[in-house]
Amino acid sequence: MDFEFDNERPIYSQIVEQFEIKIASGRIAPGEKIESVRELASQMKVNPNTMQKAMQELENEKLLFTERTNGRFVTDDKNLIRKYREKYARDKTIRYLEYMRQLGFKDSETSEYIEKIGGDK
Amino acid sequence: MMELLECKNLCKSYGEKEVLSNINLTLPRGKIVGLLGKNGMGKTTLLKIINDLLVPSSGEVLINGKRVGIESKKVISYLPERTYLDKTMTIRQALSFFEDFYDDFDIKKARRLLKDLDLYESQKISKMSKGMQEKLQLILVISRNAQLYILDEPLGGVDPATRDYILDTILNNFNEGASVIISTHLISDIERILDEVIFIDRGKIALVSDTDSLREKEKCSIDETFRRMFKC
Repeated sequence: MDFEFDNERPIYSQIVEQFEIKIASGRIAPGEKIESVRELASQMKVNPNTMQKAMQELENEKLLFTERTNGRFVTDDKNLIRKYREKYARDKTIRYLEYMRQLGFKDSETSEYIEKIGGDK
Repeated sequence: MMELLECKNLCKSYGEKEVLSNINLTLPRGKIVGLLGKNGMGKTTLLKIINDLLVPSSGEVLINGKRVGIESKKVISYLPERTYLDKTMTIRQALSFFEDFYDDFDIKKARRLLKDLDLYESQKISKMSKGMQEKLQLILVISRNAQLYILDEPLGGVDPATRDYILDTILNNFNEGASVIISTHLISDIERILDEVIFIDRGKIALVSDTDSLREKEKCSIDETFRRMFKC
């Protein structure tokens, strides 16, 4: 799990985002068990307390839940997962559209452009 | 439970010069704390007082509620600014020296870490580069099962790749429930692993904060906040 942190934003919220995206995209499957805080902290090279805070936040969002003695799991709630997927897709798209507008593209031109580039690949 | 470390109204003067003035600090268990300050602002003096190597002019330091002394040395593992290893020793001799000296020294852990760095126990310390000697010293210090690790400028003389190795070693090896104080002026290298920062300036505590809250508040890195506060 190689990930470069941006020192200008809270580390824990960057970890939360990483997990939201992984869960939203299905790279971590619904119901999958995730590793312990200490293991995750060591993989991502962050302080275990920071990782704990991020896990707590993800539990508050209901994306993760703890089963008392068994450990921590990804939610089974497909609707919730879809909601996060939608949120990230939307945020990125809005930002991209703004960027294209600055370049002088009309939105209709942008969608044509996306289809063209997508088709080329 | 008693706080791990408490500094109460600490002052230290050398003749007319006041090096520390009225330092009050508490440090709970399980935290990694950065003691950050420009050169000559009192970081090392404070750490030496906590280690009972210097006597404060007034005030006191408590470890687990008791004044520093023989008992506190058993639970604090200290990495001083300069290595103090006897250079005529081999690594093997240094290991057994530490094992003799400290009840909580985990020689198996030390051997494992040495192996990671391709260091051989038959090597003589005097034949090792300065950076390697620093790494050896850190391995010895971190291989104790201490309650408090005090690392004074552990990154000073080493290259950026080795800095990462050292940070990872600290993260992966400090005892659960133990705390770590790291003093440095190389903030950007280290800030990702810190829970809390203490800014020290001209012998006074200028700021104590949780790192992520400070980033949120200032909308920038700890390094940037520090530069803004202490611009020359």
